[in-house]
Order: sequence, then structure tokens, then C-alpha cells
Amino acid sequence: MKDTFFGFFERLAATVGSAERLTAHYKGEESCFIRFNRGLVRQPGSVTQNDCTLRLISGLKQANMELSLSGVLEQDVQRGLQALETLRAWIVHLPDDPHLLLPEQPQSTERMSQMLLPDSGTMVTDILDVARGLDLVGILATGSIGRGFASTSGQRNWFTAHPFSFDWCIYHHGDKAVKSTWSGFEWDRGVLEQKMESAQRKLAILDQPVKKLAPGRYRTYLTPAAVSDLVGMCSWGGFSASATKIGMSPLLHLSSGDRQLDPRICISENVAQGVTEDFQDSGFIRPGNVPLVAEGKLVGTLVSPRSAKEYGLENNGAGGGESPCALDMAGGSMPNAEVLERLGTGVYVSNLWYLNFSDRAAGRITGMTRFATLWIEDGKPVGPIDPMRFDETLYNALGDNLLALTREREFDLSTSTYHRRSTESTRVPGALIDAFPFTL
Amino acid sequence: MFEKTAERFRECIPSVDFCSLRVVREQTEVMAMLRGVLQPPSSREDFGGMVTVIHGGGLGYAATSDLSTSGLNQAIARAKKWAERSALASVYDFSSVPMPHPQGTYASPVEQPFHDMSVSDCMALLKTESDKLTIDPRVVHWGVSIMYVGTDSLYLTSGGGEVFQQLRHIAPAIEAVASDGSDTQSRTMASLRGFSQQGGLEVLERSGFYSDGPRIAREALELLEAPQCPSGEQDLILDADQMMLQIHESIGHPLELDRILGDERNYAGTSFVTADMFGEYQYGSKLLNITFDPTLSEQFASYGYDDDGVQATKEYLIQDGVLVRPLGGLLSQHRAGLNGVANSRACSWNRPPIDRMANINLEEGTDSLSALIGQVEKGVYMRTNRSWSIDDSRNKFQFGCEWGREIVDGALGRVVRNPNYRGISAGFWRNLKAVGDGSTRGVMGTPYCGKGEPNQVVRVGHASPACLFSNVAVFGGV
Repeated sequence: MKDTFFGFFERLAATVGSAERLTAHYKGEESCFIRFNRGLVRQPGSVTQNDCTLRLISGLKQANMELSLSGVLEQDVQRGLQALETLRAWIVHLPDDPHLLLPEQPQSTERMSQMLLPDSGTMVTDILDVARGLDLVGILATGSIGRGFASTSGQRNWFTAHPFSFDWCIYHHGDKAVKSTWSGFEWDRGVLEQKMESAQRKLAILDQPVKKLAPGRYRTYLTPAAVSDLVGMCSWGGFSASATKIGMSPLLHLSSGDRQLDPRICISENVAQGVTEDFQDSGFIRPGNVPLVAEGKLVGTLVSPRSAKEYGLENNGAGGGESPCALDMAGGSMPNAEVLERLGTGVYVSNLWYLNFSDRAAGRITGMTRFATLWIEDGKPVGPIDPMRFDETLYNALGDNLLALTREREFDLSTSTYHRRSTESTRVPGALIDAFPFTL
Repeated sequence: MFEKTAERFRECIPSVDFCSLRVVREQTEVMAMLRGVLQPPSSREDFGGMVTVIHGGGLGYAATSDLSTSGLNQAIARAKKWAERSALASVYDFSSVPMPHPQGTYASPVEQPFHDMSVSDCMALLKTESDKLTIDPRVVHWGVSIMYVGTDSLYLTSGGGEVFQQLRHIAPAIEAVASDGSDTQSRTMASLRGFSQQGGLEVLERSGFYSDGPRIAREALELLEAPQCPSGEQDLILDADQMMLQIHESIGHPLELDRILGDERNYAGTSFVTADMFGEYQYGSKLLNITFDPTLSEQFASYGYDDDGVQATKEYLIQDGVLVRPLGGLLSQHRAGLNGVANSRACSWNRPPIDRMANINLEEGTDSLSALIGQVEKGVYMRTNRSWSIDDSRNKFQFGCEWGREIVDGALGRVVRNPNYRGISAGFWRNLKAVGDGSTRGVMGTPYCGKGEPNQVVRVGHASPACLFSNVAVFGGV
């Protein structure tokens, strides 16, 4: 699609007047999505989509329009030209945009990876074989992802990747299940077999009688998947320059210095070690690493071009939402092998679910445990626990009550497929927390 | 353009048990003013089609925005290949389902089309409404916006079915955020664009877009100085703009048949409702009557036919408190051996239809708001959702509202901040003590309901009166 996109852009750029500037941001994919239920295929299909956002700038006025491109050049050029006419008709009515900011120097980049995945049919066959006899439910998403940027200032950026993600559960009974994800760029049936065997071993613990847990505070271990969800809540404005300036950040007290997290908490936006493209939709290049929290204190925020202009900050390549796309949290000193022993007696939370703020300004979060949540006694799993609700502030969970972070961290590609397949990722450790409150 | 696509499809129909093409052209426009600054107008022209093939018991789909003859033929080939592959290991023999071949049209009622308003007039309107929010320096963030979505869709089947639908949606929003440095409080006209409806510019009038700004800003400021919501088990009155969330999360989702069949267990979750409960289970008190109602034409998720071509009709899901019917489309109904409704829906051309809520409404009762309040000795009246969390079986929930007011001895008392409540779906609905009349009813809707693998966001509608619940665990902030 690279040549088609740039060819499309050149044709439109040729019609742009001397007082105008045009940028185009492309997001496309050729994906296969295969849903499974009860170890069988529920809903398989393919999606080819090519979306392009055209932004027309005239002086300090701007408007934008996103188009679905068909991939048929002449047809797309006609749609693009129509879109430009609509944008021109709008722009004459608009006031100057005081927060318009574009790259001063064009910075062209290209990052293309090789397709190493087998045909999706082979992957489906492997999954059905390995899951035979199991109550497996989940989704395989696979295929090519492309991102591009072009501007009349001469900048050209292109990114392609060919990842897969297999996100699944094996159910034991009722709501008791073991959740697994496997994502990457190379498919290996042997790895799939290992992961399925590992999940089946965990499934055996769910055979034990359910431990009834009364509401109260418990020593608790959150796996990296659970920590990713908890820390991910900070992405709801916590690292946003705009939300921080306004006072809408859930890290309000961290940004004011009234509160701090445990000194072991270090968080950054680490695009260099993520898998996402290195440019954002206005064409700014994302730096490799943006420190956000260091030694428990807020040391940086993600600054979009609009916020940079509005607040006089230095733009650091954030998108409009100013949320991380490659969140990286430093590990601690606790080896994974010692987690159960250090937990001793308490709750082992494999996954969290449906988190939301119960008091945003106070950084207080509620949510549920999900899948294989286990009761541990003297470092040994005793049995599963029914889903429990927690309600706790970040300042307690990752501050006063944080006991340890695991040395090892887990890297996960996002499995989100809202509108399109995500290229975001997280790399976080597990966390041992004292007196974690379960309320219902 | 649709006519040519239909002609091409008819020329390409393969020799299979069933084949359909669903073409969607959706135009979205958003005009917004944040903190007094007009944001760059943004729009979206989304256009493409999905081919579905059922053959030999298997089902497959392929989506493309190339609707040329060549593009359609490629999509049909891909969908057929998936149908053939999955036939060997499918959860169900989909060829056994008699798919409909409907003929029909449907259009939203529009009194005054959105595009009757020029860009200049829209900007002037936004500025007028935005200025109403700047009543105090402690209002640190304020915004007004209007989203317009026009959706044209054509559904064609290999048996000659043809359904054309034109939906027009308006989703207004007003927000004010007040901060004193140590606390931040927000008020909105309804969170998540909750006053979204079908229609034209008349929706702005119905939603209160022209009048609500000053109240919203004033209430955000009031909240900064309000005491925390009192904790304890007490009575709770929820207004329509919180009832929409309560209905959505703890009735709508658990009644979705694909959850009950297990399809969503890896992502959106399962349900505490099981297939054997229908016709017997006492879901709530006898005052609880819930309908699937696509016939309320101004409501946000009304339509004539779902995305499997099934004609939509009003049906009771819960009647006099008893669970009677799940939210399941045609394929799920056959898989489960249960009846259902026409709710097989996709968010657009690039996602396959699954069981979704549409308009899920709570039918009116007989009490005015003052009559509801008069029944409360000690309780809280809450408005406007701001936080929502519920377990994957849709049972244990905790919801928060933007604004609350104490009720003492049948009269409204102080405004309280950070009002939250938690409960378990089954017990909560059985504690439904009184249902408001038509004067308390709000026809709400939101563009943002997420579910499915691959993920989809769809429009939903929830009309409800205010309701009174007894013995609810209520609490405030830190």
C-alpha cells in the first residue's frame, strides 16, 4: 500500500495552492480475525481497510477529513479531491487556530519489517489441533499493518509490521478460566504447545474448591497483566500535559507534589523498545524515551503539538490523546521464582477487569478480579477465588503499601482491535502489595 | 453509487448456501469548542462493504472498501474460503439457519436536517453556548460540541433481499470542570454524549443544548464546596441519565445471548443469566418492565432491520419482573434454541454482526419525581454517570455519578460530591421500590458501547424514568 498511498498523496498535493499546506496520515491493514468458542471456530473473516486523514492548512486555519481508500488509485484520487474541496469550503469560515503546530523541518523515516507469518489457515489448524478437547475461547488476529505520513513540505514516513496476536482463555467451569496471550512476528507451533500446556497446568488448580473471601484487606500479588491494567489507568489523562495543566489528571496530587508513589516506581514512554511507528499523525517524530515517573515522582508528561502551542511546552511527539503507546515500567528486585513464597498467605491476582475511577482527583480506582484469582497459603496455591471488587488509590497500591516489584517484566502487544489493530505495547513487572482492599 | 454496487453484487453472487453484502457509507462531522477555542473541524467519510458467505455449514466474511466488480469478487472468494475452512470445525451448522431475504426501507425522522445549519452558524452557536460556561475563574476547563453521523446502508442477499436504511444521528455534549487546586469536579449535560438521539437539529432543542450550560457550570462549582456523599445502606433515586447506565450494564449486557452462549468469555465476559432462566427467573421487583424497542423513532439505536436482515419489532425482555426473552439475533437464537430479538448488529462495514443492545428501555411507572422523593426517609438522589465497573458475569457492580443530593424525611437536602453506589445485579433490581412517570423520563443514548472480538463500538439507546431503589450501599470519595 506504500506506493499507492504516496502516489495518491502526490496527485492531491499537485492541486494544493501556494498558500496551502496538506498533510496525509495513513492507517491501513490486511487482517484476518478468527474467533473461537468451545475449541471450535465461531466467526472467521478478513478485513482490508485503508484510512487516510487529510489535513488542509491555509495560513493558520485548518480542517481535516478521514477517508476510506479503496486501493484503486483513480477512484481514491477523485474522493480525495472532493474531500479537499469540502475542506476548502469550510476553511474560509474558520478563525485562525491558535494551537496549530506543524514540524518545522521535514523528517522522513521508514521502518519496514519482513512478513514471517504463515498463512492464517495454518495458524487456525495449529490452534484447533493444540486445543482439541479444551473449552477454548478467544481470537487470533493476524496480517499486515501499515502506517504512513506525507506532507507538502516533503516529509515522508512509512511503517509496516506483520504481527499476530492470539488472545485466549481455557475454561474450567463457570467463570473459572486461565487467560493467555501470545503475540509476536513469528509463528511457532512448538511455542503454542508450550503455552497451552502451561495454561493447562494452571487450570488444574481451579479443580480445588472455591475459597470464599470476605471483604477486607489482603496481602496481594498482581501479575504483570494485572499491573498493566492498573498502571494503564494512568493513561486516562494521568500522563497528559493538557489534563495535568488543567487539573483533570488522575495524578493530580502527584503532579502537585502533595503525594508520591514508592521510589521504586519508574515509568516511561519507551517507543524505542516498543513496536509502534515512530511518527504521530501531525508528522512529529516520537523520541525514543520520555521519562514520566522517576523515583515515584511525576517528572514528565506527554505533550501533543496542540498542548505544546497552548501551554508553551516542548512537543514530544504525543498523539492528541496524550496517552502512552509504549508504556514501560521498571522492574524491581523480586525474582519471579520467589513470588509465591514472598506472598506467603494472600491473594494471587492473574487478571484485573473493568477498571474505572471511583474518585478521579484522588487517584482512586475500582475494578474486578477476573479469571484465575487464587488463594495462597504459606506460598502454595489452595484454590480459586470468586471475582472480587477492589477499590484503592494508586498512592496506596503503588506507594505506601507496595512491598516489591518483580525483577522480570512482561512485554505485551496490545490486543485492542477497536477501529483497527493497535500497535501499542506495555512492558511491566508484577507487584506485591500489602493490605490491598477487596470490597465486595 | 449504491445502485451500481447492487448491480455488481448480483452479477457476482456465488453458488453457495447463502451470501449477503452489507454496504455502509457513514459520514461523521464533529464541531467542538474547548476552553473558548474552536477545534479544527473534523469529518470522516467511511465507506465499504462486508460479504458474508454461509456454505456447507461454515460461515465466513470478508470486508473491503474496494466495491468494484474485481473487489467484490475477491471479497466473495475470501469469505467463501473462510466458510469452507470453518465448516470443518464450526461451533454450529450455520447452513441450517433459514436466513431471511427481506425487502424494505427505513429512515430516521428528521424535522430539520443537520446541514441546514452552516459552518458559520454552527461556530456561532458553539461560541454562544461555550461563553455560558465561563461564570467563574475556578471553571478551568469547558467544552461544547456537536457530532453528526449520517449512515446509509444497503443489505443485499443472494435470495433477492434488499434493505436500504438511512439513519441520522445527533450527539451533543456540554462539559464544565471546576478545580480549586486540591479537588476537581466535572458536570456534563450527560456523560458519554448521553443525550444522543436520531433526527436533525431539533435534537439540540430536545437535549437542552441551548439552555443547560449555566446550570452545568454552576453545579460543577457547587460540587467543589459540597461535602462527600454520606456512606451507608440507604434509599437511592437514580435519574434517567444514570438509569441508562444501570440498565445498560446490569440488564442489557447480561441478557445478550452470545454472552450466554460463551462467545464473549475471553473479552466482554459471560453472564450470570443462563438459558434455563427465561420464563421463570424473577429478575427484579414486579415494577420492572424492560423492552427492546426499535420503534421509538427518535431514540438513538432505532432501525427497521438488523444486520442479518431481520425486521425489528418491540419485545418485552423482562415483564412484571420476570425474565422472558434474551437479546439474541437470528443465529444465536438457533444456536441456543431460544427466541430473541432483531439485534444482530455491526459497528460498520469492517466488523461482522454480533448480538448487541439497541434501544433497551425501562417502561414508565406512576410516580412524579417529588412523589419518589417523598417516599424516602434517608437516601441520596444521583444524576449523571461518571464511573462504571462491573464484573464479567455482570453481577457485582460499582457505579459513580457526577452529582448527588441528600434526601432526608422526604425532602431534598444538601448537594453531595463523589456519590457512588455498589451492589449485585440480582438483588439490586429486586429492590426496585418505585418507578417514575413520563415526566421523569429521559430518552438517552450514547455512541460508545464496546464489545466483541474484533472489538466494536456501537450506538445504543436507553429510555427510562427516574427510579427508587431501597437498601443500597452508597458511599462518597476519599
